[in-house]
Amino acid sequence: MSTLSVLAIDIPYWAQSLLRVLGGLVAVLLPAGTIVYVFLFKMMSFMQSRLGPMEAGPFGSLQLFAEVGKWLQKEDICPERADKFIFKLAPLIVLASTFLLVAVVPFGPDAWFTNFEAGIFYALAVSSVSVLGILIAGWASANKYSLLGGLRAAGQLIAYELPMVLAVIGVVIQAGSMNLQDIVVAQNAGSMFGWDGVGNPYVLTQFVGFVVFMVAVQAELTQAPFDMPIAESELVSGYMTEYSGFRFLIFFIGEFATAGVFAMIASILFLGGWGVPFAWFGWSDIDSIDNWMNIVGPLILFTKMMLVVFVIMWVRFSYPRFREDQLQRFAWKVLIPISLVNIMVTAILKVAF
Amino acid sequence: MPKIPGLFKGLGVTLGTLSRTVTEGANTVQYPHEKETPPIRARGVIALHEGNCTSCMLCARSCPDWCIYIEGHKELAPPRRAGGKPRQVNKLDRFDIDYALCMYCGICVEVCPFDALFWSPEYEYSEPRIADLLHDKAKLGEWMQTVPEAPELEAGADKKGKK
Repeated sequence: MSTLSVLAIDIPYWAQSLLRVLGGLVAVLLPAGTIVYVFLFKMMSFMQSRLGPMEAGPFGSLQLFAEVGKWLQKEDICPERADKFIFKLAPLIVLASTFLLVAVVPFGPDAWFTNFEAGIFYALAVSSVSVLGILIAGWASANKYSLLGGLRAAGQLIAYELPMVLAVIGVVIQAGSMNLQDIVVAQNAGSMFGWDGVGNPYVLTQFVGFVVFMVAVQAELTQAPFDMPIAESELVSGYMTEYSGFRFLIFFIGEFATAGVFAMIASILFLGGWGVPFAWFGWSDIDSIDNWMNIVGPLILFTKMMLVVFVIMWVRFSYPRFREDQLQRFAWKVLIPISLVNIMVTAILKVAF
Repeated sequence: MPKIPGLFKGLGVTLGTLSRTVTEGANTVQYPHEKETPPIRARGVIALHEGNCTSCMLCARSCPDWCIYIEGHKELAPPRRAGGKPRQVNKLDRFDIDYALCMYCGICVEVCPFDALFWSPEYEYSEPRIADLLHDKAKLGEWMQTVPEAPELEAGADKKGKK
């Protein structure tokens, strides 16, 4: 396990680790940058009948670099009464959970960082680490708005963690595995009522689970209409109020990188991930897949991710904010019962067929 | 679940705006490259027709922000008719408007009894230093060239002043 052979070249462990780190950086930052430009800058502007950034680069495509440069120049302010150490730690925890999350995402038949047996369990567990980062960011800022935002975020993220996990259980029951790679294969190799033209993407057979999962993801990402914790008009951006410069940039990257990674996980769980229906090329299982899927697979996953992020952002730019009590009621009284019923029906059907 | 159709309607509104922006262009203009013509009677900057000003101070006194500074002195002018008494006229020494204070209410233009102040639609006179926003007599006079012709009165409207 200490050496890996790629194109007949043995790669030592340290080089593997380096490659994995670089790959992780690309897998997190590239989607995040694309999401910010395509959706946050351009799609939002178009939806408001304006053009968005147009000056930096062709059609403003280098705007993000300008923004990053601006943030890096800014002073790194730490409030006097803040708990300095954890104040500085908080954004890193939020971003770290994103990087930990991308570790289990499969990008192709052999293109993965770790092929973890309980992958989705790990992903859901690690995604909730960001709650800690947000909570200590709110606490350490020594600012009552930040604290309020942090507490709201904690309440919301914990509340919506449950329907997300429960929605995933339906998929796990249907695929019979918690391994994300197996879930992808199960969807693409599967068939619906004997017809395998599109495989068995769980967005069709687990539609209720998909809707619940997407709503929960929206809330986990604190995107509108679930942006109560960072409500800029009442809490001055909640837990992010006191952050400036580099640390704000980390929060900002974390927000959209997490959106990208969650969209990847959503497309793996429900849209067939990196795969195309295996029946198209006559594949039967993961070992019979042609090697070029390792190149095309990431692109397919990226396309599906952009599709999912489009929906997330579309909802974000369309809806006004939920009130705090409506938000909690929606999680506990609507989403969780629906997903519990979904699990029950899925289990019964799984046993029956 | 009566709210469900409304949710999709809301999504339709944003998507409709998106497609309209892509196909027909945005409602906004790319300002430094293309400019909108401000509407006639737009309150851009106040121009001074110095010849009409009698330094009566009505504008300075009616200004809510006290942003008009007037100094003048009296001079003797030659009489209108031969053998008459020399006339006393008010000469304008200083007429400044501080646009850092001005709130563009237009009361000075309204109140001027001799038509010495006019609205001009020019708006590009921002300055890096706030003190440079104090426009003096000469600069206010230059704005006169940008004052548009007064629009025609509506049919049947009473003409004010001399019949």
